[in-house]
Amino acid sequence: MASNEALLPVTSRQDPLSESRSDQIPETRRRRPIKVHLAIYSGLLLIALYVALIVTHDGSTAQHGAKDETSTESRARLAGVSEKSNDRVSKLSDDRKVEAFAWNNTMLSWQRTAFHFQPEKNWMNDPNGPLFYKGWYHFFYQYNPNAAVWGDIVWGHAVSKDLIHWLYLPIAMVPDQWYDANGVWTGSATFLDDGSIVMLYTGSTDKFVQVQNLAYPEDPSDPLLLKWAKFSGNPVLVPPPGIGAKDFRDPTTAWKTSSGKWRITIGSKINRTGISLIYDTTDFKTYEKHDTLLHQVPNTGMWECVDFYPVSKTQVNGLDTSVNGPDIKHVIKASMDDTRIDHYAIGTYYDSNGTWVPDNPSIDVGISTALRYDYGKFYASKTFYDQNKGRRILWGWIGESDSEAADVQKGWSSVQGIPRTVVLDTRTRKNLVQWPVEEIKSLRLSSNKFDMTIGPGTVVPVDVGSATQLDIEAEFEIKTEDLKLFFDDDSVEADKKFSCETSGGSTARGALGPFGFSVLADESLSEQTPVYFYVTKGKHSKLKTVFCTDTSRSTMANDVVKPIYGSFVPVLKGEKLTMRILVDHSIVEGFAQGGRTCITSRVYPTKAIYGATKLFLFNNAIDATVTASFKVWQMNSAFIHPYSPDDLSVPSRT
Amino acid sequence: MVKMMMMAMMVGVAMGNIVDKTCKQTPDYTLCLSLLRSDPRSSSADTVGLALILVDKIKALGAETLGQINEAYKTKPMLKKPLDECSLRYKTIVDVDVHTAIIAVKGNPKFAEGAVVDAGVEASICDGGFTKGQSPLTSLTQRMEKICDVTRAIIRMLL
Repeated sequence: MASNEALLPVTSRQDPLSESRSDQIPETRRRRPIKVHLAIYSGLLLIALYVALIVTHDGSTAQHGAKDETSTESRARLAGVSEKSNDRVSKLSDDRKVEAFAWNNTMLSWQRTAFHFQPEKNWMNDPNGPLFYKGWYHFFYQYNPNAAVWGDIVWGHAVSKDLIHWLYLPIAMVPDQWYDANGVWTGSATFLDDGSIVMLYTGSTDKFVQVQNLAYPEDPSDPLLLKWAKFSGNPVLVPPPGIGAKDFRDPTTAWKTSSGKWRITIGSKINRTGISLIYDTTDFKTYEKHDTLLHQVPNTGMWECVDFYPVSKTQVNGLDTSVNGPDIKHVIKASMDDTRIDHYAIGTYYDSNGTWVPDNPSIDVGISTALRYDYGKFYASKTFYDQNKGRRILWGWIGESDSEAADVQKGWSSVQGIPRTVVLDTRTRKNLVQWPVEEIKSLRLSSNKFDMTIGPGTVVPVDVGSATQLDIEAEFEIKTEDLKLFFDDDSVEADKKFSCETSGGSTARGALGPFGFSVLADESLSEQTPVYFYVTKGKHSKLKTVFCTDTSRSTMANDVVKPIYGSFVPVLKGEKLTMRILVDHSIVEGFAQGGRTCITSRVYPTKAIYGATKLFLFNNAIDATVTASFKVWQMNSAFIHPYSPDDLSVPSRT
Repeated sequence: MVKMMMMAMMVGVAMGNIVDKTCKQTPDYTLCLSLLRSDPRSSSADTVGLALILVDKIKALGAETLGQINEAYKTKPMLKKPLDECSLRYKTIVDVDVHTAIIAVKGNPKFAEGAVVDAGVEASICDGGFTKGQSPLTSLTQRMEKICDVTRAIIRMLL
């Protein structure tokens, strides 16, 4: 070791103590005294540490065998955290039956969605500052104008009359100041009492420090809000003492406190504890930081894109962010940097001291079992209050699950989910319910209605013509005799830890499931994406229902991540099993029980594309016959295009 | 003078500890140590610096592999199709993944993690394009996968 040798020349010559010892030190131990000298000078700890490290290094060399064995395990763990996994890919490439695969432009160009928001090209990530103003819904987004991968981030901008038909506008904000030179990052809009808009956003400074900046429309009389001005006194907030320079981002929409001040929260972390900082302000230029936090949860890591908003316990309309009262609960949501999962929790907000307490601490924000907006690919989500129609609307960033090589080849990456309304589930009161905005129905073209009864182990083609752009609403019933059989059959053990991921996907057959639809399938079902229910016997003999999307056989391509997504969905007494599926080329969004459990997936078929795409209904249960009553609509394109003056004169498409 | 030398040595010892500590938290301790110690910058680097050193290694290995691919076109022309795919994949590693990793490591590390994971995937896909036993690139692609695994682990320490 180089450092060891460096120690040698500085020997007992200088150290009076060592001189007295040197007589007593035997020849073989001459090298050791150097370390002893340093220990005397510098502090025993440092050297003891160094010595300890040498010892453990020797020990760990011996343990390398063990390390190699555990490395597969750690990779598998990592795979659970982030989808792209070397482990998974190498397994597939071992299969000699898999032909060498290459993407061609026909396959890639099919992947672009028809009615989901995505820029004309290049990379997009987080939704930013959504708002409704002077007749237009505004949507901003993290955008790279130069490549189909993250970088050079600016605020892209688009407007729509109905949250569906979007018009591209020029870029709203670019990194032209020292305080956002390395990125104009995520932020949120607040409406002041006089109806004017302020935007708070995170800038990554020229030194990569995360700061909060204030911006506002240059011309409030412009309904398109084309130009934005940055406050000359930016940044308005810098990382406070004790908070890391890179752990301070994504300010929320502000809400009014009972004392008349505005209040915002910003996610961060202290060691591995995820936290949400709280600031009060009257002018959005100077702030008072609370000594306490809005909330914190240990072992959850950095909280990105924190969102905080009220929901009504009794009514199904949305609420302005400042609303508070006895019939109100508050939601905290955070995006977990460690796992790329969005979690939320419902709780009680205490305005007097700016704190929040979860209703159920065992599923607190960020805990792995905490509730999610979506059990598939869905991150950096953000809500806004739509004062136009009295709704709270949720946007979510849907990234790609394919390789960068494919993204660069096709020239784009990422889409946004269809905006969803969010309300508290007034029946369970323990979870939120999301549903695609009503305006999406304007895209429905022709429809077909079906009533089918399918026995165990059946797959039935559903003839709807083109099957790449669909809206499916379905109701399922399990034949009662079977259910009785199931309950009476004592030899049937309750499925203890059943989950979509561990259950073997849609091909694993149980007594009462899986059953549902196979979308984006080809005629021979060599490629298919099943979206389904699986009913099992849970605790206390109650039927437990999980809702899943299985992308494991969605494509022959081997450079794509193909998870099985899903979760438990509450089904209350008297309810039928219902699901809605939106299919739009490479994105599938599933909603169970009116949006109690939602799953978004990205799929990249190579054969089930264009005219070859088919829809199937299936019942893989062993014992149960299932009745499916459903309607399938062909969906029109939203024809998202750059704004032109003609768009003003054309009446909004409804 | 002696005290300054002592302090310098203490600092050297301390920094050496950071490399050691960091590598212990990766899936391949020996590989991590050898990669980092081969670069003199590692003795005074923080975690971001160590990650950048490894991204440099990915870039260098990627460039080396592209050289091998070009050679293979001449010596094994019947493998043109999988070599074409490898060329595409490795250009993605060197031109796209490395660039994204470098800018993201300093600002928003999760995007660097994604880029490095993708680099490993691109390498796997390249090698998987050959029928078993035919690939002239297997040891290079396997090395790339291992380096990406280690780099990813270090980047995750920044999250």
